[in-house]
Amino acid sequence: MYEITCDVAVIGAGPAGLAAAAAAKEQGAEKVLMIERDTALGGILQQCVHPGFGLSLFNEELTGPEYAGRFIEKVEQAGIQTLLDTMVLEVRQDGTIYCTNSRYGITMVKSGSVVLAMGCREKTRGNIQIPGTRPAGIYTAGSAQRMVNRQNEMVGKKVVILGSGDIGMIMARRLTLEGAKVVAVVEVMDYLAGLTRNRVQCLDDFGIPLLLSHTVTRIVGNQRVEGVYVAKVDQNRLPIPNTEMFFDCDTLLLSVGLIPENELSKAASIEMDNVTNGPVVNQYMQTSAPRLFACGNVVHVNDLVDNVSIESMLAGKNAAKYAMGQLPSSKRVVVCRPGENVRYLCPQKIAVSDEAEDVTIYFRVKQPQKETTLKVSCEEGLLFEKRLPRVNPGEMQHIGVSTASLSGKTLTVDAEKRN
Amino acid sequence: MEKEITCTICPMGCRIMVCGEGEVIQSVKGYTCARGEQYARSEFVHPVRILTSTALVSGSSEPLVAVRSSRPLPKELLMNCMKKIHMLHLQAPVYRYQVLIPNIMDTGVDIVATGEAKTQD
Repeated sequence: MYEITCDVAVIGAGPAGLAAAAAAKEQGAEKVLMIERDTALGGILQQCVHPGFGLSLFNEELTGPEYAGRFIEKVEQAGIQTLLDTMVLEVRQDGTIYCTNSRYGITMVKSGSVVLAMGCREKTRGNIQIPGTRPAGIYTAGSAQRMVNRQNEMVGKKVVILGSGDIGMIMARRLTLEGAKVVAVVEVMDYLAGLTRNRVQCLDDFGIPLLLSHTVTRIVGNQRVEGVYVAKVDQNRLPIPNTEMFFDCDTLLLSVGLIPENELSKAASIEMDNVTNGPVVNQYMQTSAPRLFACGNVVHVNDLVDNVSIESMLAGKNAAKYAMGQLPSSKRVVVCRPGENVRYLCPQKIAVSDEAEDVTIYFRVKQPQKETTLKVSCEEGLLFEKRLPRVNPGEMQHIGVSTASLSGKTLTVDAEKRN
Repeated sequence: MEKEITCTICPMGCRIMVCGEGEVIQSVKGYTCARGEQYARSEFVHPVRILTSTALVSGSSEPLVAVRSSRPLPKELLMNCMKKIHMLHLQAPVYRYQVLIPNIMDTGVDIVATGEAKTQD
């Protein structure tokens, strides 16, 4: 069997993997290896030709390929080795990776530490169980985006989009610019899932109707989609009888959420969070298996790539430190607990060592809420409060704490409504 | 004329009412910050957008290369600019930030590549 030895191995060369690999090298890891199943670096950014990336990290508005380009340049200049067109089959807790490609066949990689950066994939019709026939013309928004933006294949002429996530709205604009008619964007929730900016620039600019509190109840068509039925939903998101309308269309795009791609993490038996569907990590982005680190959408689905890059630099840096035996050894662990109107916290654990460290904790709320007070507390009482004019599940929030202030075993974040 | 503008500067999404005619603004109401007021004024007088798309390329392993306008374009010209982009047929290699259509529709804005198309080995 072909064998490769490295200090840090990074699985995935999308935004998370690129930032992690560059940071690991910068931290002093001598041999950094990236393993990617696509034939090019950059992951999903290659097909995200629209602007809106880099506003917080580079303070300028870049498109996906430009944003990826900045990191690809770094990785190439740093002399990081890449295995493209290579599928990882197994990751073990001891740092051994089995992968395969047509050049080397089954390959064993022995690494000092591993960064899991596999990203996420889209929910499909099967995940949300839309009734009806099974014709051609039903795509997830991201696969349609790949076809249109990378493969020069148009997906349809008259399109209904289910889900008001950012990818769905961006595809509404993209398909309109390419000459298709987008009949409507349909959202089951009573609020927009993606950013307001995208509603204005992708839907309003082109007069595309947005139907909140509606869902697709049935797909019609034999060979090809001939239309969909759309109905209003009640507060429990269940279709209201006699509100069904028929929309004539040949294509249905689904932008209904993302699932972290964690088959490798689960097979490695690391601890998982059943809310994020990603590995449980500490502030070093270290999983329950000390040698394995994780970052980006494989840990929790982010809304901004800038946040993915920042989190991944942390993972890469700490994976390098671990491989070089420099990661501080923890004295005790504090568990981060989501409180009122908080869906999850990331990292889920904080390792407290002799060194005081500043830790950034990211979180999402469950429900949109105005006039919110964030309360950060441990068992002994309130650590601090922060007032926010409004919170929204679509926009990730963050707070900072110092490990020196953490007594006890838990840290709780509540997002309370102010009266 | 009265126009409601949803501010896109931050996620608050303030609804701002602008009253005026052409380039003359009489009143701006509903903004909650200075940047928001500025946005509403320029959006009322002359809305502009960055245009992004793809262009056909031959001689590379991929059939398309990503493109953008070097600066925001007047909103009303986006569809006509798309027609010009559709007429492009490039030959690899194409480099990032290579100018593909200079001064599109006499706007002073260029269409440039954002991706790269390497020559196929």
